[in-house]
Amino acid sequence: MHSSASFLDHRPVALALRGLCKRFERPAVEALDLTVYGGEFYALVGPNGAGKTTTLRMVVGLLRPDAGSICIDGIDALYDPVAAKQVTAWLSDEPMIYDKLSPYEYLEFVAGLWRIEPRTAELRTAELIEWLGLSPHAHERCEGFSKGMRQKVALAGALVHDPKLIILDEPLTGLDAASARQVKNVLRERVAAGGTVIMTTHILEVAERMADRIGVIARGRLIAEGTLDQLRHQTGQTAITLEDAFLTLVAGQVEAA
Amino acid sequence: MSQPATLPWLAGHELRLGWRDWAALMTAGRRRRARNVAIAILIAAAVMHLFAWWIVKGYADANVAYDAATLVGVTGTLLLSWSLLLSQAMESVTRAFYARSDLDLILTSPVSARKVFAVRMGRIAAASVAVALLLAAPFIDVLALRGGLRWLAAYGVVAAMGAVATAAALALTIALFRLVGAKRTRLIAQIVAAVIGAAFVIGLQIAAIFSFGTLSRFAALQSQWMLARAPDPASVFWWPARAVLGDLGALAGVVAVGFALLGVAIALFSRRFGEHTLAAAGVGSAVVRQRRAALAFRPRSQARVLRHKEWTLLQRDPWLMSQTLMQILYLLPPALLLWVTFRDGTDAYVVLIPVMVMAAGQLAGGLAWLTISGEDAPDLVASAPITGIGVLRAKIEAVIGAIALVFAPMVLALGLNSPFAALVCGLGVLASAAAATWVQLCFRVQAKRSQFRRRQTSSRMATFAEAFSSIAWAATAALAAAETWSALGPAAIGAGILVGVWMIGPRQP
Repeated sequence: MHSSASFLDHRPVALALRGLCKRFERPAVEALDLTVYGGEFYALVGPNGAGKTTTLRMVVGLLRPDAGSICIDGIDALYDPVAAKQVTAWLSDEPMIYDKLSPYEYLEFVAGLWRIEPRTAELRTAELIEWLGLSPHAHERCEGFSKGMRQKVALAGALVHDPKLIILDEPLTGLDAASARQVKNVLRERVAAGGTVIMTTHILEVAERMADRIGVIARGRLIAEGTLDQLRHQTGQTAITLEDAFLTLVAGQVEAA
Repeated sequence: MSQPATLPWLAGHELRLGWRDWAALMTAGRRRRARNVAIAILIAAAVMHLFAWWIVKGYADANVAYDAATLVGVTGTLLLSWSLLLSQAMESVTRAFYARSDLDLILTSPVSARKVFAVRMGRIAAASVAVALLLAAPFIDVLALRGGLRWLAAYGVVAAMGAVATAAALALTIALFRLVGAKRTRLIAQIVAAVIGAAFVIGLQIAAIFSFGTLSRFAALQSQWMLARAPDPASVFWWPARAVLGDLGALAGVVAVGFALLGVAIALFSRRFGEHTLAAAGVGSAVVRQRRAALAFRPRSQARVLRHKEWTLLQRDPWLMSQTLMQILYLLPPALLLWVTFRDGTDAYVVLIPVMVMAAGQLAGGLAWLTISGEDAPDLVASAPITGIGVLRAKIEAVIGAIALVFAPMVLALGLNSPFAALVCGLGVLASAAAATWVQLCFRVQAKRSQFRRRQTSSRMATFAEAFSSIAWAATAALAAAETWSALGPAAIGAGILVGVWMIGPRQP
């Protein structure tokens, strides 16, 4: 595979996966090597069942890998998971929040779990609630919230402890256009402020527009990685969209298998 | 086969859904379990018949001359059973109101919604009658075996009782909708159901405590005071009791009145059922505002943050609140007995302590499931910088803390009269609660809190272990209060259950 990260090599490594493996009834992730740099927006794309979510769930400590290593911001996440989790945030496509808590209470709970100093947490909560347009609902229980509002609450929870690395699994699924744009803006601003974002998505236009680099994963392996131009280059066609490049790369992998 | 969209066709559809729901409840959705479930049902039926034999064998030859004592006793038993049936029916009706399931399909189809809801009410009634018949069957069978076929008439009375209970539950729930609105009805209906289920038993116990200083439910019913005030044996009031004793005329009357009442209720309420179901469907999006915290974010340790979250969610869980209320209601008679004992200087701890220990185990089992298995944001907690052990410890502390809050006042009150009894009771409550929590730890699953009602289907083993463990610790506490070394026997059984659970449970704590 063509190495695309050489120009980024001087930047600190936010996430390094080496030889990562996970097997359920069949291999889900196989000897995966992946490096994401600080301040980078990295999109992970791939067909259904390619191993994207399994990879990310291993990174955030929700699954134990069968083999390999995970290093987050210089911390060995398998040796010291608590320290690694302190600098990481996870947001899945199905926002997991408590129906019987209000956004304010939810964020107080999350800040407490991440041991954020109360005064700082309160300021960040107020800022995030305002920023995400949740102010009128800050003290309402989440049980009546729409999918978009729930996702915003979950996103605020992911940001309230100011993580260095934010990992999102299909965060735009089911969101209306306005909510999706708001989430994208928030993520862009995080990256501009020096944070690192890793996101899986099936919406290739989003990856094309937002990501600094895109990783294509199929059958548990990283089959291509780089900027859009670099991915085009790998397909041998220079005037195609990411969707075309993606389909060509995945089709090539299927044929090779 | 019936024509589509007709009443029989809709009834067939409801029956099929009901059957599959029941089968899924029994087998937890695994077809391979069907044979085991069938064997378990046969064993349970045999055990129930043995239990019934032990309870009612002496009543089979009850005097059929319909004397006041017999009629009062039978009527009291029927009322006791009916209050429980009514409680169950209210829960079923409330659940039907708030279940979205196929509501959109029904209301957008060209079939008359009234017809569909009438059939749905019929299904609730059929389920209530079936449950009543199943529970009563062992007792009736034993009575018929020992006392003659006349006792089989009781089946008809039980069916009629189920029908009347459903009719009353429909009327009560719809009255609640009209009185307090869809938003509050669910919680209030659950509380009312709990109170109804407990009220009659508790009333009799309280009467018995004040009159006779015992917890026996029948002491008050068989008192001279009660018998002297009973209506004339020929009165219509005794029809259900007479029917149970084999009076076929009374049986016909009871069955006719029972099912007529159900028919009237269905005819009257089928339209409103649809209206209220629609209103209930909108409750999910209703806004509940929490009071803004007066103070800023408070500095708390991670464990405290987790405990606080669990207690907040428990407080806001309407089902749990109604269940806790029922547990507390059931503790009312023992509390009164404690007070009477304290006043009169008598010694009834042996009766009081096991009731409290048993209640603690049952309550802790539910709380432990909600806090340990019923985590609505498992990914959030698992991806937080806290160890898994730390999370579990905080959740266990939340359960034990809640149990302490409910039981500490009674244990302290007991301590005023007998420090030794209080010590035994406190240790028993702690052991029972800890054991129930241990069972839930060994059998923990990932589930939504809203699946609480179905928690027993995930593991029958956990359910039985929890129940038998509570019984073992209650027996231990009772015997320890009586200052006998035989308390070690049930304690060993209780400990054995915990070891067994640890060995066979899918999750090692």
